[in-house]
Amino acid sequence: MQTLEQIKDRIAAALPGARLAVIANASPAGQPSLLLDHEHALEAARFLRDAPELRFDYASNATGVDWPERTVKERVKVKKMIDGVEKETEELAERKIPGCLEAVYHLYSMELGHGPLIIRLRTGNRTDRVTLPSLTPVWRSCEFQEREIFDLFGIVFEGHPDLRRILMWDGFEDHPMRKDYAPAASGEAKA
Amino acid sequence: MNEALDSTGGAVPGQRFPRQDAGGCGPDDRVPEGVMLTTVERLYNWGRKNSVWPLQFGLACCAIEMIAASMARFDMARFGAEVFRPSPRQADLMIVSGTVTKKMAPQVVRLYNQMPEPRYVIAMGACAICGGPFRDGYNVLPGIDLYIPVDVYIPGCPPRPEALLEGLIALQKKIAGQPLTGAGRPRHLDADAPGAFPVPEYGAHDLVGPQLPAAPDA
Ligand code: SF4
Ligand code: SF4
Repeated sequence: MQTLEQIKDRIAAALPGARLAVIANASPAGQPSLLLDHEHALEAARFLRDAPELRFDYASNATGVDWPERTVKERVKVKKMIDGVEKETEELAERKIPGCLEAVYHLYSMELGHGPLIIRLRTGNRTDRVTLPSLTPVWRSCEFQEREIFDLFGIVFEGHPDLRRILMWDGFEDHPMRKDYAPAASGEAKA
Repeated sequence: MNEALDSTGGAVPGQRFPRQDAGGCGPDDRVPEGVMLTTVERLYNWGRKNSVWPLQFGLACCAIEMIAASMARFDMARFGAEVFRPSPRQADLMIVSGTVTKKMAPQVVRLYNQMPEPRYVIAMGACAICGGPFRDGYNVLPGIDLYIPVDVYIPGCPPRPEALLEGLIALQKKIAGQPLTGAGRPRHLDADAPGAFPVPEYGAHDLVGPQLPAAPDA
């Protein structure tokens, strides 16, 4: 299989204007992934599936990730006047990282026997910009899994043929896999 | 009682039961003819406890043990409970064998409501009793006894088939001990006992609807 950088370059060449980014993975798994933009995601997915030397014909898994807003503390270098002399010192600064929801797809090629290739899509935020393009038109196996992501994380997949809740009942309003979900206290009276 | 007779029908020397034509007319003498003295209550309950037909359904891993209990090795047929019925209308016993999700709970209560009295419930395994390992999950009911009355609780995750048989025997003892009149009589002989239990409804965040009061501590 080609490296992720090579695959990224191929997509960029095939779809001019596509915004792509390689997301590093510092964990022991060390599996980097490819972030796609909303406008080109569907075309990029088609390209990954159909390009003769890639042929990612099988999406084995689609799942969601919730990234709540978080603040990180970083050391930043600042220039300061100390005793009339300008000096460079280090200071602790807080930086806010806005929250988002993420859909992650694991792709394999049955035909060429390679994979996985991991691609990601990110929503604008966790509240009102939660729409992503559905990849079900490209990989049929994503149908139920995108429904599950919709159900449990609340990502709305545009272009999905049948976007309904799959585990919880219709009329349920929460998204239980979100990190700020508080379970209902059913049976509290009994405890 | 035929053991008291030899193969030709003659009395075995030294055995207690004389043959029918051997004379005597007291009640004990007629035992070999198959006459027994008992009460209606005992006979009625004896029949009920030895033909407990379970409803055929399973909810999770515990159901696998229930299936094993019904098969040849553990053989629930020895206790008259092998006739798993596919219809609640023909079942006497609901074995809640496994995790009850909130999405499944209304169906379980509805099935229970469709069973005719006298009917009994065994909560098999930690999940059916209290939600088990998934108690804090977003979609797991913390115990089926929130909505239907449970007669026997069998702890375990999962309980082995022997434990299910033990639970069944406990249920049989309970049935055998039920008086047919007065307090403690089975629900089908109590005109005031509730027949249908409220089916919980799907709400926006959880099941909604009335729950049963907590069972008194045994
Ligand atoms: S018992 Fe285990 S292996 Fe078998 S179906 Fe269930 S999860 Fe899969
Ligand atoms: S009690 Fe254990 S074995 Fe039984 S259904 Fe629950 S998790 Fe499965």
